[in-house]
Amino acid sequence: MQRRGQCDIASFSRARWRGRSDVNGILIIEQLLNSLQFGLMLFLLAAGLTLVFGIMDLINLAHGSLYMIGAYLVATIATVSGSFWIGLAGGVVASGVFGAILEVSVIRRLYARDPLSQVLATFALLLMANEGVRMIWGSSPLVMPMPVGLGGPVRLLPGLSYPAYRLFIIGAGLLIAVLLYLLVTRTRIGMQVRAGASNREMARAMGANVRLLFLALFAFGAALCAVAGGLLGPLLAVQIGMGESILILAFVVIVIGGIGSMRGALVGALLVGVVDTAGRTLVPLLFGALMGPAAASNAGPAAASILIYVLMAAVLFWKPQGLFPANG
Amino acid sequence: MAETAGGRAARAACGLLDHPVRIRIALPLLIVLVALPLVAQILGADYYTGVVSRILIFALAASSLNLIVGFGGMVSFGHAAFFGVGAYAVGILMQYGVTSAWISWPAAIVAGAAFALVIGAISLRTRGVYFIMITLAFAQMVFYLMVSLKAWGGEDGITLASRSRVGLGVDLASDTQFYYAVLLVSALAFIVMARLLNARFGHVLQAIHENETRTAALGFPVYRYKLIGFTIAGAVAGLAGALLANQTSFVSPALLDWQQSGIFLIMIILGGVGHLYGGLIGAVVFLLIQEIASSYTIYWQFILGAVLLAVVLFAPNGVMSMLQRRARA
Repeated sequence: MQRRGQCDIASFSRARWRGRSDVNGILIIEQLLNSLQFGLMLFLLAAGLTLVFGIMDLINLAHGSLYMIGAYLVATIATVSGSFWIGLAGGVVASGVFGAILEVSVIRRLYARDPLSQVLATFALLLMANEGVRMIWGSSPLVMPMPVGLGGPVRLLPGLSYPAYRLFIIGAGLLIAVLLYLLVTRTRIGMQVRAGASNREMARAMGANVRLLFLALFAFGAALCAVAGGLLGPLLAVQIGMGESILILAFVVIVIGGIGSMRGALVGALLVGVVDTAGRTLVPLLFGALMGPAAASNAGPAAASILIYVLMAAVLFWKPQGLFPANG
Repeated sequence: MAETAGGRAARAACGLLDHPVRIRIALPLLIVLVALPLVAQILGADYYTGVVSRILIFALAASSLNLIVGFGGMVSFGHAAFFGVGAYAVGILMQYGVTSAWISWPAAIVAGAAFALVIGAISLRTRGVYFIMITLAFAQMVFYLMVSLKAWGGEDGITLASRSRVGLGVDLASDTQFYYAVLLVSALAFIVMARLLNARFGHVLQAIHENETRTAALGFPVYRYKLIGFTIAGAVAGLAGALLANQTSFVSPALLDWQQSGIFLIMIILGGVGHLYGGLIGAVVFLLIQEIASSYTIYWQFILGAVLLAVVLFAPNGVMSMLQRRARA
């Protein structure tokens, strides 16, 4: 899904690159913008995941399902109301409520359990979410319209035009990242969150209302998922299983960044965004230049698809706790 | 299960770390499994021979995972990678004209072991939740690798021209003969794993599970033991993959998918984590749920999810633990 969106742009720019080899710089700028957009959306998922992980000690495989459910809710409300913006707002609120219900009914019972139980229980939730969505919305993907006024391209530089909606996503992503940063570093709740991430017992002893904090955090994480799902909705197909490939990327992000660290999530997400998106375009080109087109078409995509995992393995090899360890 | 005082004393003598293959459980089980195709033939239900082959194959893969999760305490979420690599070993070799089981099945074992060795060597530097996610990510890496390798089928996978050839007058194309081959191979692998558990190696592995620091303090090379355990589990999973490739005559990246890894974990939690027969019972329970629930509704995974959630919340150590609890009560 994400892949397809990225590939369209990639093949488009590749074709142009072959035609005029002097626009190398423009290709790189375009790829960087794509990476930034993808990385920021990944950050929205990774932020929720890393908070839930770092603070509640819960490994949540259903996080991708929250993203999927968020996208479905946004798409449905947008279709019914006829406005993308009402859909986005409504879907985000509804997902937050859904997250809260989930926390109270199931997730709360898992905090004290071992990782295996958490993995299996949330995996069960994932299976149920996929089938539940299939029951309600059917198997065919939903198509979400672009918000009015953001459909066309914007000319950034001579020879470089970029879709307005993608620019909007980048702007929104940056804004949310800044707000999250302020929330975590400048507010009382943020302080409790950071205290919880570095030492849960001590935070509890100092009077943080852990029960309420956990509930709020989980709901907040679900709402962030819906923001990402809703924003990406018009670019990708809203479909069952959409959360799973991105979930694993989000895991890679927080492992690279360090579990529980907001800064780590941002850096990791941008890193993964760049390596994944740029890798898909540049590695086949590189292989083509070095070994000829046959090798490029065969080995290029294979090498590009494993790049981020190589990155993750490298980070873990040198820094097993991630780039920005939150605990200790 | 009524247990005599003598039996209880014998179990106490065996200690916590031993999981002996008891004749009074294993032998009737084996007799039932050996007799099954004949009974099925008499009843005209040949279909079930294939079903049970499949159960045995998945039981083998789940048991190998149980070896590292249940006894070694390494919660791997990437076991499907080794399973799928084993299947691909058979498929790829067959694509190049190698049909002999004597070559391709050992090749599948070696491939599973090699991948487990490399992935384990990196992943085992971490523990807990990190370990879960790293094994998951590595398995996804293998998945995307196979999806993008067009020479070996890419997304479409490889259709096998035939089942592996064994010679010796055995023809695996016959479902009954294939069933016996699966039974023989998986019984042997199961005995090897059970022997390992009751040997010094298995005791050390379980000691690491109980208390890693203390085991290290006693002078055991903890990392090496874990890596060897992980590699053995990968090898057995590779073998199971080779069998499955033969049964379905088809290999695709879906075998390597992370949901497949999840399903192996589901099986061992349904059967009993750290129980000798956990993998077998889990595979039976899982495939029965699949068979029964999917005949009622196309949304059978919803039912599977609900059952799994209930088991995790209310019977944390699987079906076997409930039986044990009743036996003790």
